[in-house]
Amino acid sequence: MKLDILMVGVGGQGTVLSSNIVCDVALANGFDVKKSEIHGMAQRGGSVVTHIRVDEEVFSPTIPAKSADIVVSFERMEFLRYADYYGDNTTLILNTQVIAPPSVGDGSAEYTDDKVEEVKKQFSKVYATDAISKAIELGNPKIAGMIILGILAKAVHFKKEAWEQAIKDRVPPKTIDLNMKAFDLGYNI
Amino acid sequence: MKKVLSGNEAFARAAYEAGVGVVSSYPGTPSTEITEHVSEYTEIYTEWATNEKVATEVAIGASLGGKRSMTCMKHVGLNVASDPIMTLSYTGVNAGMVVIVADDPNMYSSQNEQDSRHYARFGKIPMFEPCDSSEAKQFTKDAFALSEEFCTPFYIRSCTRVSHTQTVVDLVDRVEGPAFAPENNIPKWVMIPVNARRRHKLVEHRTELLTELAEGDKYNKVTMRDKSVGVVCAGVAYNYVREVNPEASTLKLDMVWPLPIEKIRKFSESVDKLYVIEELDPFFETEIKAAGIKVEKLERSLCGELSVDAVRALFNGEEYEVESDNSLPFRPPNMCPGCSHRGMFYAINRLKLFVTGDIGCYTLGLLPPLQAINTTVCMGASIGMGHGLDKAAEGMSEKAVAVIGDSTFLHTGINSLINTVYNKGNSTVIILDNGITGMTGHQPNAGTGCDIHGGNTPKIDYVNLIKSIGVKPDNIRVVDPFDVTACMETLKEETAKKEPSVIITNKPCIFADRTVIDAPYFIKEDKCSGCKICTRLGCPAILWDGEKRVAFIDETLCTGCHLCIKVCKFGAIEQRSK
Repeated sequence: MKLDILMVGVGGQGTVLSSNIVCDVALANGFDVKKSEIHGMAQRGGSVVTHIRVDEEVFSPTIPAKSADIVVSFERMEFLRYADYYGDNTTLILNTQVIAPPSVGDGSAEYTDDKVEEVKKQFSKVYATDAISKAIELGNPKIAGMIILGILAKAVHFKKEAWEQAIKDRVPPKTIDLNMKAFDLGYNI
Repeated sequence: MKKVLSGNEAFARAAYEAGVGVVSSYPGTPSTEITEHVSEYTEIYTEWATNEKVATEVAIGASLGGKRSMTCMKHVGLNVASDPIMTLSYTGVNAGMVVIVADDPNMYSSQNEQDSRHYARFGKIPMFEPCDSSEAKQFTKDAFALSEEFCTPFYIRSCTRVSHTQTVVDLVDRVEGPAFAPENNIPKWVMIPVNARRRHKLVEHRTELLTELAEGDKYNKVTMRDKSVGVVCAGVAYNYVREVNPEASTLKLDMVWPLPIEKIRKFSESVDKLYVIEELDPFFETEIKAAGIKVEKLERSLCGELSVDAVRALFNGEEYEVESDNSLPFRPPNMCPGCSHRGMFYAINRLKLFVTGDIGCYTLGLLPPLQAINTTVCMGASIGMGHGLDKAAEGMSEKAVAVIGDSTFLHTGINSLINTVYNKGNSTVIILDNGITGMTGHQPNAGTGCDIHGGNTPKIDYVNLIKSIGVKPDNIRVVDPFDVTACMETLKEETAKKEPSVIITNKPCIFADRTVIDAPYFIKEDKCSGCKICTRLGCPAILWDGEKRVAFIDETLCTGCHLCIKVCKFGAIEQRSK
């Protein structure tokens, strides 16, 4: 079972926890897994990307062109930058939160809403949700990533219990309940 | 126990399992997390040094003292550390010593794309190159034992895709390193010419012995599959080759120096066509061709990193280029909301000064709208270049400043400031002291007041330090970088002087001191004239509403730094109640 997941977002959105949990779940299910990301300069509000690859044996740490099974975009337009990676059978999981790039922030460029709608049609399946608003309703915007992870968990074939165990192992003990609530919310969307 | 670890975590784990005693490093992407993770093992003395040369010398001293030691750096850090390392090759080691160098092909976070394998050949020091975290741990552990066996420092070459990729690793317990007494051996350790001449001969002999190791069975494994294609490759490139052409026979070079040329020759004779796939320079290819072995020609770019797609294109003889959609609004890295560098850059921009810049978060002052960096070369270069500019171009010192961060100043900037004062320069230096090494992820330094574990240490007193170098007390100015008017006045006064001046900013990085974060600000729509002056600060929290023609603040990003109220002429920006 090959599973290539590309997670994209904006530096500071905290995609690290989500991607670590995916790795734990894959390993617990007896698969080889590799996760590659870029740290450092790009983290300061720049565009960030994480490659997660699961298979019987994984070689390249990065996903080849057109072969991502799932693209998870933590920001509304960020997936547009990674068009090389989606093929005919790619699923998009989209957090519709907008984070304005600097040129949009200062009014010198337009946010590309039209393009988002147009390119979304290329995906075989799209799960779009306003995770930030849902997270705020649950009491903490920081758990938006866990809602997205719940959606991702539903879209892949590992057992729900494996996800729950990995979350328990990775989040601070005091926040387990809140994280589980957020995960369930995403899982049941 | 199996765990998913990044390459950098695996290097740290190797130090733990190999019984390492001392690790000293200077941060640098993509190597930083190695030392951060080492510091989590209480069994190992770990420190942030002021630069890579110092860190290396600390590690050499620790080896001399009888403990296995390690230093970790990015590729350009090795340039700084190369002076002691080139002669360490001659002295050899007492307890095992490993130097981990992490290259950055494609320059995700670097100023150049140098290939560190050249340093192995240049310094006659053996080098391992792992392809994943499991090998990262195993090779590093092996390197400590081999370092002792062959009396040599050992390089481990990593790269961004190994350091920052998590793969499955099997963990084992720590075994204390073998006991070595501190060594006192003058012919070995005092490299005066008469001793160094003898040691050089030993180095050449050592390379012969290490070549035998490389030619042996333990490393550099040949795997015969389809005999029509054979590929010599190493490190992360091996992964790409295996994925693109799983049937190809491979010679995987675990040791990238010295090379097992006879093994490669034999391999070449057992396949129809021999290919060499490597990232950056044709390091293997040049050596293999020089040995008279036929290598198939590939049209490979010497720039950037490889990938599955790039390697596939190489085998297919196709051109490969990464396409990017330039119509999308670009999202470059940016100084954070609340960054204490922003106000000074705004002031520099307003005065249209020419800036010799340096390496750190503040290099981002280059980007619009601030656009206040004109040069970036290497750590510490801003001050020396500013002095050279002053000596070469009459009147330039009145229009130019050197900008450097606190950590970079302590790294290699301080020597240049001494030089400027000694040689009667006129240049103005700005030390952006935010109390931390920012860009690499907020490591403490000698100016922070704490060590790698957060324990109290003496804190550099920049004013007195600079006074003692010989800058006149009147020319040493401490300013609040959020006070734009004061920054501009101070810049005008100090650049006008025909003497060296140093301006020091005094506000912390918001990550170094979270207590500076305050209630967010907001913009009163009815008072906003739409002049856009606040958007020219380049703060990610200040946004423009094109329909209403007013600026607004994203209060989830705002840290309450109040820089924007200093530039708003209409009193439109107010703070939320706390």
